[in-house]
Amino acid sequence: MSAILQIEGLVKRFGGLTATDHVTLDVREGEIHALIGPNGAGKSTLINQLCGELVSDEGTIRLAGTDVTQRPETDRIGMGLGRTFQIASLLQESTVRENVGLAVQAHVGHNMRLFDRRMARRDVWTEADAMIAESGLHGRGDTLVSDLSHGEKKQLELIMALAGNPRLLLLDEPMAGLGQFESQRMIEQLGALRGKFSMLLVEHDMDAVYALADRISVLVYGRVIMTGTAEEIRESAEVREAYLGAEEDV
Amino acid sequence: MKHLLSAAILLALFIALPFIADAVGQSSLMILGARMLAYAIAAASLNLILGYGGMVSFGHAAFFGVGAYVVGILAYHAGGDPLLGFIPGTNQMLITLPVAMIVSGLVALVIGALSLRTGGVQFIMITLAFAQMLFFFFVSLTAYGGDDGLIISRTNALFGLNMRNRMTLYFVTLVIAVLFFLVLWRIVHSSFGGILAGLRQNERRMSAMGIPAYRYKLVAFVLSGMGVGLAGALEANLLRFASPDMMHWIKSGDLIIMIILGGVGTFFGPIIGAAAFMLLEFYLAGWTEHWPLILGAILLVVVLGTKGGIGGLISRLTGGRT
Repeated sequence: MSAILQIEGLVKRFGGLTATDHVTLDVREGEIHALIGPNGAGKSTLINQLCGELVSDEGTIRLAGTDVTQRPETDRIGMGLGRTFQIASLLQESTVRENVGLAVQAHVGHNMRLFDRRMARRDVWTEADAMIAESGLHGRGDTLVSDLSHGEKKQLELIMALAGNPRLLLLDEPMAGLGQFESQRMIEQLGALRGKFSMLLVEHDMDAVYALADRISVLVYGRVIMTGTAEEIRESAEVREAYLGAEEDV
Repeated sequence: MKHLLSAAILLALFIALPFIADAVGQSSLMILGARMLAYAIAAASLNLILGYGGMVSFGHAAFFGVGAYVVGILAYHAGGDPLLGFIPGTNQMLITLPVAMIVSGLVALVIGALSLRTGGVQFIMITLAFAQMLFFFFVSLTAYGGDDGLIISRTNALFGLNMRNRMTLYFVTLVIAVLFFLVLWRIVHSSFGGILAGLRQNERRMSAMGIPAYRYKLVAFVLSGMGVGLAGALEANLLRFASPDMMHWIKSGDLIIMIILGGVGTFFGPIIGAAAFMLLEFYLAGWTEHWPLILGAILLVVVLGTKGGIGGLISRLTGGRT
């Protein structure tokens, strides 16, 4: 299976703090690769390096074989990268439909048209309406984002990332702050996407990780200490020691 | 439908204004009305980036002044020596207004390309600095009047119309304003307009969707500069005068006040705001030289007492959402 994402020796320093320290890992085509680690391990920094928000100090990032290390975020998105944010980052003053519509429009293109009628673009709104209808936000299209619950905002984050039809999804803690029911629904939704999209899943919820991940990498103090299957990670004394402490189960 | 009704009411008021002015024997109200339209164009142009795009420029008076000086300088060279030895002067409105928009747009391209690399307070200060640089440049440009400004001997000609007639000049301005607002309406509701509104709300999200914010903001900035340049060109025709004061930072402040008075980020707000500002200035200045003090108090009441300016207040009183 070829790798959609290859990271080699990736480093990010903030002054004297090394947030990611020679991180090397890959995500294979169609794979769900989870990245776990305690708070402050550098998971979100890595996501931001991968999408181009942060410039890496060392190392290379290859997306579908192309070196994108020096490319800006918008280029990487154009090459098939999609992302969600740990804290939902949406257009708060707009409705769900407008958010999804804009995400679809951004992907479809023709965004510099000055004199067309945006609301009359069938290529955008047919797709946006279909995406909302198939999601957990069915019937909520006209609701303002500011009126959505936390779980609904997380749902919308995912829909907007999918609107770009990405080859690789970077999911930054999609279960964060969700209740049990909402978490379960999100797990089912991500599970349904297995094989259609490759995913790098950053997550604290170990039930979700074990349910979804094909492989898991463990990041501690900016370093990947182990990559393996759920079973291998669960049985690793090194991971238990470094991640949660020797007495606890991972 | 509601927008159409608002447009119809505003248009009816502006069509009626010269006839009312004629009836009450105050023909100067026609020029005031025409200047309201020019400032409405300027405020609405600034609102494109400020209200819809979230970019608070404090230097848009620069484009207003550039537009005015294009009309003045072209008129100055009409029938005389060419500008820079090869650009013939003209007083044909069909040439001066587009040239004013193009030159203002080019100046906006330079200022925007540099200032949009910053954000927040830095952006405000850099746009202000550029405008003040242009202000002092024209103050020192003695060939075109320097500090005293440039008198334009004749209003620009258009299709053989008698442009000395105030009614004619008013309606020419009104037609240009209507055309401008039709174009602006299309831009605001276009694919580009949607991206611009998205950038105002959440630039990070838009970048994550593959939208290069800088490019879209720069286009908006240039379009905005062109609109304000058009307004400056109209103002120069109405006053038959162009002066450095037109690009002073106080003028930039006036444009922002107009937008706040009418309603930030609304289509009709800047028109209402410009009309309110000009009326207040006209009547308060006739009453006391300390009129800005009263204007300040009114602005405070509007900002604190109305959510969304006068336009927002009217909308709520008539059952609208904001």
